[in-house]
Amino acid sequence: MVEEIINSHGIAEDKLVPILLDIQNSNDKHYLSEDDLKQVSRLLGIPESRVYSVATFYSFFSLQPRGKYIIQICDNAPCIVNGAYNVIDDFRHILGIDMGQTTPDGLFTLEYSSCLGCCSHAPAARISGELYGDLDSEKIKSILSDLRRR
Amino acid sequence: MNTVTLTIDGQKVTVPENTSILDAAKKAGIDIPTLCYFPDQNIKGNCRVCVVEVEGSRTLAASCSTPVNEGMAVKTWSKNVMNARRTIVQLMLADHDEDCNECVKNGVCELQSLAQRLNIQHNPFKNILKPKPIDTSTPSLIRNPNKCVKCGRCVDMCQETQQVGILFDAYRGADSEIVSGLGKYLSDAGCILCGQCSTVCPVAAIYENDETDKVWQAIFDTSKRVIVQTAPAIRVSIAEEFDMLPGTVALGQLAAGLRRLGFDDVFDTDFAADLTIMEEGHELLDRLQHGGMLPMITSCSPGWINFIEQYYPDLLPHLSTCKSPQQMFGSIAKTYYAQKIGLKPEDIFVVSIMPCTAKKYESGRPEMNDSGVRDVDVALTTRELARMIRQAGIDFTALPEEPFDEPLGISTGAGAIFGATGGVMEAALRTVYEVVTGNTLPSLDFTDVRGLKGIKEASVDLDDVKVNVAVAHGIANAKKLLELIRNGAADYQFIEIMCCPGGCIGGGGQPYRTTNAIRQQRIKAIYEVDKAMPLRKSHENPAVQALYEEFLGRPLSEKSHHLLHTTYSNRQH
Ligand code: SF4
Ligand code: SF4
Ligand code: SF4
Ligand code: FES
Ligand code: FES
Repeated sequence: MVEEIINSHGIAEDKLVPILLDIQNSNDKHYLSEDDLKQVSRLLGIPESRVYSVATFYSFFSLQPRGKYIIQICDNAPCIVNGAYNVIDDFRHILGIDMGQTTPDGLFTLEYSSCLGCCSHAPAARISGELYGDLDSEKIKSILSDLRRR
Repeated sequence: MNTVTLTIDGQKVTVPENTSILDAAKKAGIDIPTLCYFPDQNIKGNCRVCVVEVEGSRTLAASCSTPVNEGMAVKTWSKNVMNARRTIVQLMLADHDEDCNECVKNGVCELQSLAQRLNIQHNPFKNILKPKPIDTSTPSLIRNPNKCVKCGRCVDMCQETQQVGILFDAYRGADSEIVSGLGKYLSDAGCILCGQCSTVCPVAAIYENDETDKVWQAIFDTSKRVIVQTAPAIRVSIAEEFDMLPGTVALGQLAAGLRRLGFDDVFDTDFAADLTIMEEGHELLDRLQHGGMLPMITSCSPGWINFIEQYYPDLLPHLSTCKSPQQMFGSIAKTYYAQKIGLKPEDIFVVSIMPCTAKKYESGRPEMNDSGVRDVDVALTTRELARMIRQAGIDFTALPEEPFDEPLGISTGAGAIFGATGGVMEAALRTVYEVVTGNTLPSLDFTDVRGLKGIKEASVDLDDVKVNVAVAHGIANAKKLLELIRNGAADYQFIEIMCCPGGCIGGGGQPYRTTNAIRQQRIKAIYEVDKAMPLRKSHENPAVQALYEEFLGRPLSEKSHHLLHTTYSNRQH
């Protein structure tokens, strides 16, 4: 898999970020495993330390397995002013996990995000690419139960 | 060359263009404090300790990374400069494990001396350090991230000079830290334990695993015969630990100092270096005559062995099977010499003084116990030896010159030059030439293989057979030769590779802050040692001759194979 992705980009150090992104997106746990990083290092001929440096520098990479649904809650000023902290608390409460963690059933991961460009509907969150605005407790409950039923 | 004239603190200074403010100030007699700056390395400009005021500029400039301009007016000392430098260092201290009294760098630490120089007597910032685990995973090096100031000097060393690529910065902003490999311990990151990072780290964030207490215990234990051997490179570097100039030869003082510490026999790894030449020279001849694997590559540098075993295991058959001089010494001390003095190997404790942190790992390799017990019990670095001498209250500068003990302290100039890049090659050629041709060499000095050039080449005629040789030091240079061999493009029969820049004189266990200028001085000194020796060819060493007559038989004999040769393993990383 890793090999195919690398071949499709070409063996070049400046392709490192897109290659890592594709690898992360290609697995259902949305993360980069140690083995992935090792293979990238070997196939691109870049020291492991440099691959690791890139993978830890950008917040969109994760080195921990993540849930099927990644819930990214905006914590920039407009959302904060409109109650993002309540949103965060609701998600944490209902899912029983902290920010940065994944539910034991592997379904949900909670993360922070910067502005999603959806400030007019603050507080907002993005769940596996899809945007949700004007969040409140009721809405959060129904979103989560919808996702669970999917 | 174009020059630029500027004023620094009111003084006119003329320097070549592109000079940094830092260097220009040096010329004007002003010593600007630095931290991330290190001679021979890339300019990193990340610590900001070296800030100065440049007239007309709103912000302070980092003098190490700012080039001079015509007419520039620089102020290296002002209220702003003082406050900025202090704040920077105070912030570093606030994220630092400030336990100076229990720190190996106490007294030689650059952060400590910066704080002192900036007269920091209190810190308005509360300490916010979140302690991380200390890496004690290898027998060679300790990595303590709680001391790290993130200057990046180790990264430059590991990525640029050595090109092993283990240390790098990871994470971002306030979370940034120096990691090894994929955020692993060194033992699991492909590190070759060369210790070069530890010679440039300004603080106690990477340093040698200190084993001096083990040695004291052995010395204080009257039931043990404690034998010391000292590597060729120590005699030209130990003086620096006692504030003497780089390039000072301290051979007799070294022997005297070791005797004062309480070692029962003061022997010389140079003896074992001569022995190595006998074995390795004959191995080369054997490979040349019987179609063995060529080019043959030297095997005395354990950092280099760690590298080839992990990164080029396909080339392992090129390695000479000879053990390093340290290990040859250990197995001979605990067999031949033990017999001579009527002791069992387990009653003998062998300590070696090495310029090298990888030697600690090598001495603990499971196969290095051909005497029946561990052949070398402890390998100390130059820095640890200096620590012991200070501990014991010995005034090194006042020591008389004393000889080494016989028989394992007898050596030749060929053994001495092992300490410099090209030395093993030169020593081998001196012997191989005379063994093959039966003629005496007209000149003993193979100057083509000397010096700090990355890769050196030479050719020698051995009775109609032309032998091409190459020498590389530092892993970045070694890699170039290895790639040639891999691609079948290496027209050499014999190659010397040393892991450390400059060879052992620039080893990872040598005094802190070794620069290329200092390496040059040590190299000069080691050839002085060679010149001053009455014997300069390994095969003329009478103690080595006696060892063969009384014990080993001849080079490459069965006994030699058992005690002096080894095998390597594929440890692909
Ligand atoms: S590294 Fe330097 S400043 Fe830090 S505790 Fe050790 S001696 Fe003190
Ligand atoms: S010991 Fe050598 S290989 Fe290991 S981290 Fe330090 S410089 Fe890199
Ligand atoms: S380990 Fe030492 S050399 Fe490396 S960044 Fe930290 S303080 Fe600097
Ligand atoms: S600030 Fe939250 S979406 Fe813009
Ligand atoms: S010494 Fe100039 S920025 Fe560090």
